[in-house]
Amino acid sequence: MPREAIALHGRVDHLSILDEAGNLDEALQPEIEDDLLERIHRVMVLARRFDERMLRLQRQGRIGTFAPVSGQEASQIGALAALRDDDWFVPAFREFAGAIWRGMPLSQILLYNGGYNEGGAIPEDAHDLPIAVPVATQIPHAVGIGYAARYRKSDQVAITFFGDGATSEGDFHEAMNFAGVFQTPTIFLCQNNQWAISVPREHQTHSKTLAQKALGYGVPGVQVDGNDVLAVYAATQEAAERARRGDGPTMIECITYRLSVHTTADDPTKYREDEEVEEWKRKDPIPRLQRYLRARGLLGDGDIERIEGEVKEEIDQAWKEAEAEMKRLDNALDIFSHIYAESPAYLTEQRRGLAKRIQGG
Amino acid sequence: MAKLTMVQALNLAMRQEMERDDSVLILGEDVGVDGGVFRVTEGLLDRFGKERVMDTPLAEAAIAGVSIGMAVYGLKPVCEIQFSGFSYLAMDQLESHAARLRWRSRGRYGVQMVVRMPYGGGVRALEHHSESKEVFFAHTPGLKMVIPSTPRNARALLVSAIRDPDPVVFFEPKRVYRAFREEVPEEEESHALGESRIAREGDDLTLVTYGAMLQPVLKAAEALAEEDGVQTEVIDLLSISPLDDKRFTESARRTGRVLIVHEAQRSFGAGAEIIARLVEKSFWYLEAPVRRVTGYDTHVPFFAREKDYLPDADRILREARALMAE
Repeated sequence: MPREAIALHGRVDHLSILDEAGNLDEALQPEIEDDLLERIHRVMVLARRFDERMLRLQRQGRIGTFAPVSGQEASQIGALAALRDDDWFVPAFREFAGAIWRGMPLSQILLYNGGYNEGGAIPEDAHDLPIAVPVATQIPHAVGIGYAARYRKSDQVAITFFGDGATSEGDFHEAMNFAGVFQTPTIFLCQNNQWAISVPREHQTHSKTLAQKALGYGVPGVQVDGNDVLAVYAATQEAAERARRGDGPTMIECITYRLSVHTTADDPTKYREDEEVEEWKRKDPIPRLQRYLRARGLLGDGDIERIEGEVKEEIDQAWKEAEAEMKRLDNALDIFSHIYAESPAYLTEQRRGLAKRIQGG
Repeated sequence: MAKLTMVQALNLAMRQEMERDDSVLILGEDVGVDGGVFRVTEGLLDRFGKERVMDTPLAEAAIAGVSIGMAVYGLKPVCEIQFSGFSYLAMDQLESHAARLRWRSRGRYGVQMVVRMPYGGGVRALEHHSESKEVFFAHTPGLKMVIPSTPRNARALLVSAIRDPDPVVFFEPKRVYRAFREEVPEEEESHALGESRIAREGDDLTLVTYGAMLQPVLKAAEALAEEDGVQTEVIDLLSISPLDDKRFTESARRTGRVLIVHEAQRSFGAGAEIIARLVEKSFWYLEAPVRRVTGYDTHVPFFAREKDYLPDADRILREARALMAE
């Protein structure tokens, strides 16, 4: 009756392809078409500038509280770029870069953050879920969607995004366990941005990595440099291939950093040092990609200024549209829409009450 | 027409809906091989296979959350929470997402799902197995809250719930599961959600109830007719949300006297909302203050004393007589 070690399956790799110094591991480099790489770069720049603009708009009182994405663009866009349009995108609340990549108009994001429900609208042909605010609660949805896709004999996969804090929530564990048992085509993408508001990653869990939590559920887990867009792309591509061939879910832990505030209601100087932020700025995913694009001949002199100019114009235009739309949407009666497929009599009656009050001034 | 128990009637509803629509599937704890701890899903695994009848891990939040994902994709999951006392882990998913996704996405994603769960006391069960917390769900916009009372209406309501485009929380009175049989037609039958029914006609007193309390209410109504010559109108709500206030407020105008019976705790219970609607719509017709027979504002006691907690025909009869004497 000896005591013996149990041979557990699985190991956790750390994947880095393009490091902060610009060193490239050519053997690991994923094959990405030039125009896709250029698109990735453009949307990363757009997302960063849009984030900065939204922060100013919030400080001016023109939009409400939101969760800035700066620093995490590679983790979101790198992953989604490796998937198809008909794969499912299940975001939390910081996935604005991802939403832009998926085609959500900037004006709609502004509308959402301006406090209008209309900003949550999802077009009929999109395979995206709207923002989910309660931490980790969206994760099981990606398991259900994956199960349903397979049930309908589709090879679509579902990817869900969440943060390091979410891995402490029950929904994360229940969803991961469920996905493991039913081998659903689901990709769990954790953006470990080091801070869950004021609580550091080390205080969130005693485990060495977040990726290893997947192993407890019989699910492969991999840790990648989340500011390395090539590594995120490669890991997601591998996870998607695994899911499509029927071999189940994967968890990807992206090591990244929230360069900005948790939300605009947060003051990070209370819990973290400026030096730490400066250190992570040196690992910024955007300049790193730009160096790579230059070396590959995809970015020449003047290109960055040109892109910056285009992006600024796009954001200006979006804000104009959003402002006009917010003025147009001053009718609050819409709050009664879409509670049920058909409005029950009591809601119609309450709607009439509000309509009367509005008319009465 | 076969005489079925409520368990058999619910099973019939699911079997027929799964036969006519391959987007209907079942998931929950022990619903497959075991056929559910109350055997409501018995035989469905053999008939439809494990892709459509899923024995899930023991995880209520995931059962609800995964069902939501399935519904977003276009399936119509019918999930089971083993006892309503364990539904609170799923509550976040129901309140935060099932109830809101249609609204949040501006109509793109309706969440067509049914969350079945046995509720209520009277079966000498452990703690957490006897609660009646329908108002937790009825208070949430976007959800519908349904409670059948007999085998036939259980079958008809479950069919409607499965076909309803919105999420429906479906409470099953476990005390009624095998208590009696009723003729249930093999052919399709449904009952609109949000529509109550008159279980007994009368002009002297209105008794409003639902779920497992219908049986003691009917017993008390019979005694009132035989011993007191009082003709009671019994209104069986069937849906708590949407609440069909038309029928009971109209009945109240005729009888002038209303007694409400539910086994849920008294304060902030469904009875409180029913009284509010009566006051709003039928106040000037009332001849006496509305009364309630309910569970007490304690936790449901351990089973040795649950008889004293749950309303029975005797308590209902006493309160009805006091009301008639006013």
